[in-house]
Amino acid sequence: MSTVLQLDRISKSFGGILAVDDVSLTVQAGEIHAVTGENGAGKSTLMKIVAGMYRPDAGAVRFTGRRLAMIHQELLTFPDLTVAENICMGHEPSRWGWLDRPAMRREAAGLLARLGVSLNPSARMRHLSFAERQSVEIAKALGGHADLLIMDEPTSALSDREAELLFRIIGDLKQSGVAVIYISHRMAEIFRLADTITVLRDGRHIATRPAAELDEERLIALMVGRSLEPLGGLQKGVPGETVLEVSLPGIQFSLRAGEILGLAGLLGAGRSEAAAAVFGLVPTAGAHIRLAGRAVRIGSPAGALAHGIAMVTEDRKEYGFVPRMSVRENMTLSSLGRFAWGPVIRTRREAAAVEEQIRRFRVRAAGAGQAVRDLSGGNQQKIVIARALLTRPRVLILDEPTRGIDVGAKAEIYALIAGLAREGMAILLISSEMNEILSLSDRILVMREGAVSAELSPGRTTPEEILRYAMPN
Amino acid sequence: MEKPKIKSWPASLGLPVALAVLVAALSLARPNFLNLANLVNLVRQISINGILAVGVTYVLLTGGVDLSLGSVVALSGVAAACFAHPGQYPAIVPVAIGILAGAACGAANGLVVARGKVAPFIVTLGMMTAARGLALLVSGGRPVSNLAPGFTHIGSGNIAGVPEPILIFFFVALLSRVLLTNMRFGRYVYAVGGNENAALASGVPVRSVKMAAYTLCGALAGLAGVVLASRITTGQPNAGIGYELDAIAAVVIGGTSLNGGVGGVDGTILGALLMGVINNGLDLLNVSSYYQQVVKGLIIVGAVWLDRSKDR
Repeated sequence: MSTVLQLDRISKSFGGILAVDDVSLTVQAGEIHAVTGENGAGKSTLMKIVAGMYRPDAGAVRFTGRRLAMIHQELLTFPDLTVAENICMGHEPSRWGWLDRPAMRREAAGLLARLGVSLNPSARMRHLSFAERQSVEIAKALGGHADLLIMDEPTSALSDREAELLFRIIGDLKQSGVAVIYISHRMAEIFRLADTITVLRDGRHIATRPAAELDEERLIALMVGRSLEPLGGLQKGVPGETVLEVSLPGIQFSLRAGEILGLAGLLGAGRSEAAAAVFGLVPTAGAHIRLAGRAVRIGSPAGALAHGIAMVTEDRKEYGFVPRMSVRENMTLSSLGRFAWGPVIRTRREAAAVEEQIRRFRVRAAGAGQAVRDLSGGNQQKIVIARALLTRPRVLILDEPTRGIDVGAKAEIYALIAGLAREGMAILLISSEMNEILSLSDRILVMREGAVSAELSPGRTTPEEILRYAMPN
Repeated sequence: MEKPKIKSWPASLGLPVALAVLVAALSLARPNFLNLANLVNLVRQISINGILAVGVTYVLLTGGVDLSLGSVVALSGVAAACFAHPGQYPAIVPVAIGILAGAACGAANGLVVARGKVAPFIVTLGMMTAARGLALLVSGGRPVSNLAPGFTHIGSGNIAGVPEPILIFFFVALLSRVLLTNMRFGRYVYAVGGNENAALASGVPVRSVKMAAYTLCGALAGLAGVVLASRITTGQPNAGIGYELDAIAAVVIGGTSLNGGVGGVDGTILGALLMGVINNGLDLLNVSSYYQQVVKGLIIVGAVWLDRSKDR
């Protein structure tokens, strides 16, 4: 086997924090190499160095292949171009210098079909959901005939069925000699796909082992440097009075204090759209919302927050945070009124509240003044959740709250969600992870093609049953 | 985790150092540069551009732009002058009229930008033409002269030995600094410019923040128009041409990003000072005004280039 990529003692720091510290790594042709580690372990930074997006402070990258493609955790797409134009970006079919649009659409359609995604190649990216854009990103990477493919959390927005298709494609690529660097927090995926597993922790290389030598428990132990409590056994709340009643076209549900209502479904089933309507992010005709029995009109997120409804959105980069603002400024953005005397911000009070949240969420940052864009995805998510909680909401909507987050932080967030329910908060949980929905929810609503198709009880249902109601007929 | 390393060259130090080097060089080449009279004159010269620059800082921080400043200066100067003839009203009336005229232009800009979602470049380009036309209409195309001493005192008088335009600039800068760093509104301005969608999802009243930023910018342009009319003792409908670009240049030299969300008044003050020192220095060195423009252009691009090259 030939070596496709060799990393030699790479280091990189941001704003004084070492993100990658003296890491070496070798990837062979036809190898699926999983890179794992907790939030902020340096995985994404290392991959961006490989892809040439960052220059390492020290060390050398030796790439001996011809083409490298990367599927980013934070999608890098062109919103005003079409699906086909995005997929063919950089290798557009052309004749005599003129774009061959029919060929472009054919290529895009073929790649999307291979992924099992039905999307119109002529649709504008702007009009697609996050998950659909992720599918396009994957198709784009496949289309480039790369000999090294880097996938950073490729399944985070995919449904189980679409993920399954992706795994089969990865298997095919491996057969044809393509090397794949696979970053994921999902254990099942890692053990199913990987030949070799590398573990990073706090930017340092901890271990590289053949996957056969590891199991889930030992891998987690390497990642966190301590063993973790298993998911489950979470003590949840006791549902009380009805707090929220929602009636949208095709969707009706109510939510009680202390209750966690899980919203399951495939991509594009309309779960995020329903949440956006309740939160006022996308004003929706025919939306009727009652809070504690009283009809309210919600025209904007500001209105929703004033009524005690907070939301953690799915698309963290676009709607989650202000990248160049500090941890402190981002955390209090929704609740500044509480830390102000009239128009004047009471800095000390604000700083104290932020320090408390940083401790509570174990945010890994140089300090409250660090810009949020310099943090890892998981730490960014903690800040978005902290911002929502600082508004002291009665109803909390969580849209894919653990997307792209490592096992350690996930367990922390699960415990936090359960704890909030115990304190009486009403929680609407949207998740594509069966395990998450099944172990956290008191009730499960399954959505299919924009409407609720079933209401299930987590104790008496199975992932298979949920999937049955989620699949289009 | 390793201890955070301290950056060898803090981002905020570049501009003060450049300014200090320039001042040192000029004072060596022309000893009379450091005369108190020359320094007071220098700051007085920059005070109008400074007021405009502080105002447009709000708009640039939201990610917008205001090209109408120069025309608004003319319109508000003319409007103020119409109410400033001797024996007409106390000076406070024309001052208020001028500021209100500017604020109205700014509010109109803000309304179309925030509600109509039209690109700020287009909206304020339209206002640039329309406000100039209004200034010509109001004045009948002629300078409005014969102004009361109470009014012209603003531009030429001193308080405790300090020229009034300098004091006005100083207070505008100070208040804006407090507004942007210590108040909710300021935080919201940075949030809107830094990521408008995230600001909206966080409950920030995005449209009101934009409205307020453009209105404040317009009001400060109105104030600058009043100071200018008072200093030249006429309301000139053709005044202020190109002022918006000098103001934006000062803000950008000061480190505020044209994409919004980054920067602030401190940089704007330094940027305005730097431009003033360059103007004044080139005058003292007897450089022809043609060359001066070339040098100024190069410095604007060079300063921003240096600023950006340390960003990545």
